[in-house]
Amino acid sequence: MIDALSGVLIVPAVAAALLAALPNYRVTARLNVLAALLTFSTAVSLFFVQSESGPYLLVDDLNKVFIVLTTFVGFTTSAFSASYISHEIEIGRLTPTYVRFYHAMYQVLMFAMNLALVANNIGLMWVAIELATLTTVLMVGIYRTHEALEAAWKYFILGSVGIALALFGTILVYMAARPVIGEGASAMVWSVLITRAAQFDPALLNVAFVFLLLGYGTKVGLAPLHAWLPDAHAEGPTPISAVLSGLLLNVALYALLRFKMLLALNPAALAPGPLMVTLGLISCVFAAFMLYRRRDIKRMFAYSSIEHMGIIVFAFGMGGALANFAGLLHMTMHSLTKSAIFFAVGHIAQVKGTQKIADIGGLTVTNPVLGWGLVLGVVAIAGLPPLGIFMSEFLVVSSTFVREPWLVIILVFGILVGLGGMFLRLNTIAFGEPRGPTAPAEASYLPMFAHLAIVATAGIYLPPALVTGFENVARLLG
Amino acid sequence: MHGLTFDIAHMLAGSLVLVSFMQLYQDRLYALLNIFALHALVLAASVGWQAFIQDAPHLYVTALIALVFKAIIIPMALHRIVVKLGIHREIETVVGVGPTMLLGMGLVALSMVVMLRVTADADPLAREDLAFALAVVLLGLLMMVTRRNAVSQVVGFMSLENGLVLAATGAKGMPLVVEISVAFSVLIAFIVIGIFLFRIRERFDTVDVQALDRFRGERR
Repeated sequence: MIDALSGVLIVPAVAAALLAALPNYRVTARLNVLAALLTFSTAVSLFFVQSESGPYLLVDDLNKVFIVLTTFVGFTTSAFSASYISHEIEIGRLTPTYVRFYHAMYQVLMFAMNLALVANNIGLMWVAIELATLTTVLMVGIYRTHEALEAAWKYFILGSVGIALALFGTILVYMAARPVIGEGASAMVWSVLITRAAQFDPALLNVAFVFLLLGYGTKVGLAPLHAWLPDAHAEGPTPISAVLSGLLLNVALYALLRFKMLLALNPAALAPGPLMVTLGLISCVFAAFMLYRRRDIKRMFAYSSIEHMGIIVFAFGMGGALANFAGLLHMTMHSLTKSAIFFAVGHIAQVKGTQKIADIGGLTVTNPVLGWGLVLGVVAIAGLPPLGIFMSEFLVVSSTFVREPWLVIILVFGILVGLGGMFLRLNTIAFGEPRGPTAPAEASYLPMFAHLAIVATAGIYLPPALVTGFENVARLLG
Repeated sequence: MHGLTFDIAHMLAGSLVLVSFMQLYQDRLYALLNIFALHALVLAASVGWQAFIQDAPHLYVTALIALVFKAIIIPMALHRIVVKLGIHREIETVVGVGPTMLLGMGLVALSMVVMLRVTADADPLAREDLAFALAVVLLGLLMMVTRRNAVSQVVGFMSLENGLVLAATGAKGMPLVVEISVAFSVLIAFIVIGIFLFRIRERFDTVDVQALDRFRGERR
């Protein structure tokens, strides 16, 4: 029985095995794109073909949105990765053996993320997120430079601690569910848990949620626990930075949202909202200030990801149909924009041979397409109208202003500080005196501009079908 | 079921916390690895006892994994790495032994207060186990934070995982899926670590994380 739901798992799994076996890197790069496209079309078909949730796999409105977003960005990133990797081989930064490994790992990562999204079992979901973490650790360290090794080690240690705390939280949720549902596997199944959550022991659920928030929050990159994120983004291959920022953070967030739904159903348990709002605000303001002192271009955009994850967690923490809608929209827009920026940054770093902001300058003159692409991306991520992120940030602010004006003022302060930091750097990177090598980039611009086009359109017009879909999910999140 | 069975389970879980404390003040890598082997041994005994009193045969598998894999294979392999790299000398700690022990005591007290309070309705064995497990997890974390050497950080991580296994077995009837995954994740973690150690060896002549810190990510 192969339906679309298991399809999003089978395709990447088969592709990973195939890519590990094939030696020719040109073929594997194309195959990687093809597999990602196939996964994406399978994911889209989830909307049209009814899939049944089983004891292990789950499909509902919430994870459909996440799956389609994940597989879409996974597909465009694989297209970007093909042109990025061929350049890395030319300059000898990666050997063909490593590229073979890289492509196989890319598909394993897609498999792990999809598994985390469709898992109907809190234990299975935990395993999938751990698998995704370990895969990205290996990929971050792939250049084997001092910096890459340090970044991978740090990511590994912090990621493991996070994942260990999350497991402890998962065990506690089982402990809370056991007296109500009974022993055995069904006390870990989402669709069972969600129907009985009201009867769980609230004290246990509270402690469990704190562990889960700290554990999965580490993977989301929330502020006191974010230390791994900038290093991992800066030192790994750029396609991995795009996938980390655009997708893996979302997957961890998805786990958090599921547990939040569980807690929200239990009237006696603590409200998860204020905790998430606090962490979100800290992340947003902290990361906004950190944007100012960055000297590495990828590191700067990594901090911007922390800022935006903060905004998203803030929105979901506030809750309510409108704020959830805004958070969901912001998450989608952020994924698309940030990965587009990383596509541009990847090619820029290849042209200039460096990631140091000081050595990159006047891009709009030397490489107009890349330069203006980056400008457009930064304008979008900074939240200027009329692009998509402006829309979603406006919604976050306006939907929560009536309820908690003081909190929103802090949030807006963070956003504005971040905007200033971004533009300060953008000014030297994109305009001003040209610096560094000026060779034209051999790049495929299609993925970048496809993303930016979607973001620009979303700022002006959202298709009604999308709005209804997001509204359904927002209601589901409560 | 109260009485002797409870006392033995209680003692084994408590010893695990005690061995965690012993790890904290080891200042030589060989000694640390030996104590870790003891840690895994106590875990195996504890899980085995749980399997017996819960009448859950699948837990014997978990106990066996802990015994063979964590108490024998991993310490031996790490031993060889230490010999190969010639780093059996003293472990550099960030914080002195005294403050570390005090912090450790504070963490144990914290986990007792938190877990015993929230699990008031659960059966006594499970709540004692959970409280001890949380203490072991936190002590493992403490060890990872206070050590600079990569090998001892790994040992800290593995003793943290031991705490998780204790928690998972204490939660009665928790599906096997999870136990296997825990053991499996340790396996994967070990492979990753092995690769890392050898890669680090290629680039540097030390596994002291402090040496890695010199190549700060933020290049100035």
